[in-house]
Amino acid sequence: MLSYIARRILGMIPTLFVISIISFFIIQLPPGDYLTTMVAQMQETGESVDKATVESLRKRYGLDQPFIVQYWKWISGVVRGDFGQSFALNKPVSALIWDRLWLTVIISVLSIFLTWVIAIPIGIYSATHQYKAFDYIFTFLGFIGMATPAFLLALVLMYFASRHGLSVGGLFSDEYIGKPMTWGKFVDFLKHVWIPVVILGVEGTAGLIRTVRANLLDQLEMPYVVTARAKGLPTWRLLLKYPVRVAINPVVSTIGWMLPAMVSGSVIVSQVLSLPTTGPLLLTALMDQDMYLAGSFVMMLSALTVIGTLISDILLAWVDPRIRFERQRA
Amino acid sequence: MTEVNATPLSATLTREEEKRYLASQWQLMWWKFKDHKLALVALYVVAIFYLTAIFCEFLAPNDPTKRNASRKYAPPQRIRLIHQGRICWPFVYPIVQHKDAETLRLRYTTDRSRTVPLRLFVKGDPYKLWNLIPLEHHLFGVAGGERLYLLGADKLGRDLFSRILYGSRISLSIGLVGVFLSLVLGIVIGGISGFYGGILDNLIQRTIEVLRSFPTIPLWLALSAAMPPDWSQTRRYFCMTVILAVIGWTGLARVVRGKILALREEDYAMAARVAGVKEFNIIMRHLVPGFLSHLIVSITIAIPGMILGETSLSFLGLGLRPPAISWGVLLNDAQNVTAIALYPWLLLPAAFVIVVVLMFNFLGDGLRDAADPYKT
Repeated sequence: MLSYIARRILGMIPTLFVISIISFFIIQLPPGDYLTTMVAQMQETGESVDKATVESLRKRYGLDQPFIVQYWKWISGVVRGDFGQSFALNKPVSALIWDRLWLTVIISVLSIFLTWVIAIPIGIYSATHQYKAFDYIFTFLGFIGMATPAFLLALVLMYFASRHGLSVGGLFSDEYIGKPMTWGKFVDFLKHVWIPVVILGVEGTAGLIRTVRANLLDQLEMPYVVTARAKGLPTWRLLLKYPVRVAINPVVSTIGWMLPAMVSGSVIVSQVLSLPTTGPLLLTALMDQDMYLAGSFVMMLSALTVIGTLISDILLAWVDPRIRFERQRA
Repeated sequence: MTEVNATPLSATLTREEEKRYLASQWQLMWWKFKDHKLALVALYVVAIFYLTAIFCEFLAPNDPTKRNASRKYAPPQRIRLIHQGRICWPFVYPIVQHKDAETLRLRYTTDRSRTVPLRLFVKGDPYKLWNLIPLEHHLFGVAGGERLYLLGADKLGRDLFSRILYGSRISLSIGLVGVFLSLVLGIVIGGISGFYGGILDNLIQRTIEVLRSFPTIPLWLALSAAMPPDWSQTRRYFCMTVILAVIGWTGLARVVRGKILALREEDYAMAARVAGVKEFNIIMRHLVPGFLSHLIVSITIAIPGMILGETSLSFLGLGLRPPAISWGVLLNDAQNVTAIALYPWLLLPAAFVIVVVLMFNFLGDGLRDAADPYKT
């Protein structure tokens, strides 16, 4: 098991390396660079721009160097934890992204838990009550949940909240913004965080209900279930002890793609709800061509995904002995 | 099937069973699909949506770009049947604009004293069907200088219903084009990967893994931010489909590869190879038809994702931009709370998005069940 984990972690390195190149490449795709954007903005406000100043700035930021050199400067810093400088905000990128990344991770993980808490019981219920009224209702609601992108749900929620005079934006109340973490701030955070968590959670729930239901239905037909029943095991104990355990397997294996989906969804949701997570800052960074900031965001979000896949693979090997043994043989 | 076989077959089987045995694969699939009532309904709804998108100029009562200062943020008009206690031909009450003396906000009231009847094939804003045929009749609308605002108006007084119909053209087609691109890439790359195996397969699989570990929306955002803002609408449109396909093809390539790995060992593939058919032709002519039905299912499942992708990107202002009309562009107006609170009908394009995606999901569900008709 340990050697398997070690091998997987080593395997991550080339993936992350390629991801970093692609991230940096995409960020450099737009014609021009941050200085062109800046000059355009200055000209809009009527300021005159001296060509020589721009050129000297370009030199100082290293924007006149070829792609490889710029990439090397960035990536060799990243390895040491230095993500470069944000041009637009004039701050080191590492000071900007960690807080936001943590919030993104917290919201995503909470959403995944919420998804499980909702989807697993409903999936079990749907499978044990196949083609009953509630099975149909849950299936229908699940499909609607699947069809509604999280940001639309956020918009609709905002509409209802505004009709009832509630505010739903943000993650902290005004008095706590920029303050260090205290108990009061934490409680305040909990009061705000459930909204994005629910919005993001609903989207993944539908698919998971379907998976759990389908798997459990397969298991319920197995002879061992019939045997256990014949031996007089109470239905609920029987269900939870054997078939549910098997049916829940895919729940674990889906973390790998649920995490990126959550991170993805949270980018837009946080833009709609104006949360201080990665979304809004990534968006402005992309628009301003603030390349180190945007590149680091894309890079770190992708790294999260890779780590998510790793965790799900390890969990899967841990939960399912069949996978473990197969790997030992291989 | 020869004559010799046919006689005992019909002797022992009922007519119904014989029909089943003689039916082609596609025939069987259609029969099985028809049993899934929800999927059948979804098929019709999706067809109606696409027909609407094709004939949107004729179906929309107004020109979607026509501004009207006296109808800024006009609320939706209800189609009514009863006027002063009597049932009449469907009509709407005209709306009257006036300014709130205190807040200076525009307010609209309905004038219930007279009716504006709906007319079929009414003469209205001139348009060019498919940009070719100049016409000026619309399927329905109101006559006599009035305008119909079925779903209200936006900030420039443009008719939201007409804009939604026009928007369906871009929003619905972008999914199809995007999926088509992904399909071509998926079949070719997945086919190569599955057929040749070895280093090439390994390389392609690693590439797919890397691409899939990018979270979709940040990657799409970064790519669309790379589109220069001065690009023409058409160019942006095609670039969007490419962006949507960048991740889309990986899923299809995996399906194709898996299927080809299974099928290339079949005797008929070997026979083709012995007969000297070129490798590429073996994939395209002999292997692809073997899993076409599975491919169609994957495509149907991929389309809603693309539609949502376009909507999300345009909603954030990074995808298509006005004057292009798509559902995402329309939703862009509904981005802030004040707009939603005061003019909730701006959220209506979302309903269309949800219905279409829902229908595609049902359709995919039905197709998935039907894809393997020999499994009972």
